Amino acid sequence: MDYAPLWLSLKTALIATIIVFLAGTFFGRLLARRQFPGKSAVEAIFLLPLVLPPTVVGFALLYIFGKNGFIGKLLIDWFDFQIVFSWYGVLIAAIVVSFPLMYQSAAAAFQQYDPNLERAAKTMGASRWRVFRTISFPLAWPGLLSGIVLTFARALGEFGATLMVAGFIKGVTDTIPLAIYFAVESGNMEAAKTWVFLIIGLGFTAILWLNWWSRKNMQKHIQP
Amino acid sequence: MLDVHIEKQLAHFNLTVSLAARNEIIALFGPSGSGKTTILNAISGLTKPDRGHINLKGRRLFHKGKSMPVHERKIGYLFQDYALFPHMTVWKNISYGMKSERFAKELMKELDIEHLAAQYPRNISGGEKQRVALARALATEPDLLLLDEPFSALDEKTRVRAHDELRRIHQLWHIPVILVTHQHEEAEKLADVIYYLEQGQVIRTKEKEPPSVYS
Repeated sequence: MDYAPLWLSLKTALIATIIVFLAGTFFGRLLARRQFPGKSAVEAIFLLPLVLPPTVVGFALLYIFGKNGFIGKLLIDWFDFQIVFSWYGVLIAAIVVSFPLMYQSAAAAFQQYDPNLERAAKTMGASRWRVFRTISFPLAWPGLLSGIVLTFARALGEFGATLMVAGFIKGVTDTIPLAIYFAVESGNMEAAKTWVFLIIGLGFTAILWLNWWSRKNMQKHIQP
Repeated sequence: MLDVHIEKQLAHFNLTVSLAARNEIIALFGPSGSGKTTILNAISGLTKPDRGHINLKGRRLFHKGKSMPVHERKIGYLFQDYALFPHMTVWKNISYGMKSERFAKELMKELDIEHLAAQYPRNISGGEKQRVALARALATEPDLLLLDEPFSALDEKTRVRAHDELRRIHQLWHIPVILVTHQHEEAEKLADVIYYLEQGQVIRTKEKEPPSVYS
């Protein structure tokens, strides 16, 4: 059996998770305690990929990154670089569909501790970055971690948008969910079954680990 | 030494306050919602006044709309709920902004919290938390100390002890202290000057009578 889809899926989910973790944490912290006109609209845009059918997300990505899309065209003209029907398409689809989960977890995590803790650190001479590194981030970490696991799981399972943006190209864009679909379609039920068990196992392990880990670490974070 | 004039539009009234302090304890006394905490926040830089100026020891903290960042102001701020970092030990809390380790350790000795160094805030009593928070604020060697109802969560006995401690520390330290309180007795006991606040205005001030020569 060819294990390429497994490595491709893991590589995509891992890289997408790193990017989404950084972006989601940044925007989560930025917006968590800020009120400004239009905040709800910004948050709605961030969360939109969560409620839209993946095909709509895929269509939107084709519209933006396709050969005639406004970014896709620039990339081709300037760098001769095509996103659709390449691994980068798979990656972008995974990023876009999993971002809302990370953003939501991060925004909630940065709201759940006393804002005076950050203020106290500032009055003690800590720069903005030091406050984030030593106070905000460690206190938000349990919430951020659950965001990471959700993001990874969502990125690993992405199907609809990926298919629309990247298609099914063996060895290039065939992640596990796509491999399952095309295995079933070609009547190869044994291969499909293997992938299905594998992905269930991955998901199950991730959730078990998260629960175990957060039980272990929450102790440290219980407020006085 | 400390010279403050601030104006700020709040939800229900306009806050307009002038105050000055040498190395003394000032009490801001008034009902909740009279703008006491807003004054502390403006002085520390956590909120920005609409107009006015704040000078401390010859440094311009706020002047013509320009604000010095909070972390450069050298102001110790003791929050009402103490805001001790729950994920750090007492020693990590106190050393977070300390200038010198020797002085921080002296403070801990002075406030009788040396034995708590390795404890987490959740495992110590209210009175101990208050002393840790005070040590933490003083360890930064500030030019001004702001206290936002620091004794309100303490029981009677602990509070009396904390009052004495504040007076003792102030005599050793000699920096201006602004104490926000809604307990008149506390203001009378601790402050050299009391500012009575109502709806964002100082309605009167009262200076402590100098100790009588006959007593």
